[in-house]
Amino acid sequence: MIEITEGPIDHNALTERVRSHQAGAVCSFLGTVREMTGDRRTASLDYEAYPAMALKKLEELEAEARQRWPILEVALVHRVGHLDLGEISVVVAVSCPHRHQAFDACRWLIDTLKEVVPIWKKEVWADGREEWVHPGLTTPASDHPRDTPS
Amino acid sequence: MQVTVRLFALAKQTAGRAELILTLPEHSTVADLRHAILQSVPELTPLLPNLLISVDSEYAGDAQPIEPGAEVALIPPVSGGSGPVRPIVFRTTRLFR
Repeated sequence: MIEITEGPIDHNALTERVRSHQAGAVCSFLGTVREMTGDRRTASLDYEAYPAMALKKLEELEAEARQRWPILEVALVHRVGHLDLGEISVVVAVSCPHRHQAFDACRWLIDTLKEVVPIWKKEVWADGREEWVHPGLTTPASDHPRDTPS
Repeated sequence: MQVTVRLFALAKQTAGRAELILTLPEHSTVADLRHAILQSVPELTPLLPNLLISVDSEYAGDAQPIEPGAEVALIPPVSGGSGPVRPIVFRTTRLFR
């Protein structure tokens, strides 16, 4: 089950959704909005997706994971838009016959999702500055982010 | 031919717009597109080496041709990635091309 949503993610419902009598293990990962990055304080995050490509890549991730592990059910849900501290940005829930399979599949899915799925986050720092997070690209935080078209 | 290029995140912020409309010769490649983007929006020059280009929702190499009507986008590094673009990680998958 694949989804990109602007609303809050119900992680309990997703975990229930992947449970089955064939599963001996369910592993759910939640990505949440962290307040401190080093000594910098985050006020909130804004996520932006390229929706068509992101959905396609999520489907490919699920297909690849199913080839690698005996997955029974899987849910991949990412939230976009404005998120406050502590809110859930992404959920990976996976069920397998045995726990090592569920752990490995869940870990691979979230790690690979964060490398290949075109969804980006912008830090809104507590000092009011805003900054897109692009590993490998270093740019000064913008003092005038509101000039950006949406 | 006309090609519409979608921009996201820092690329959109830097260019000050969400899409570019460029005119390219027929049989142009992704490399030709990169050149045209620099001509059209020089502000993207420092970013472009670190941006991937997608064609019809697939990551595309510089040699790939761009067909008329293709949906093209500039893809900045994704938040969880580990630095400058790692185009091939899992060779068995279609995730990176």
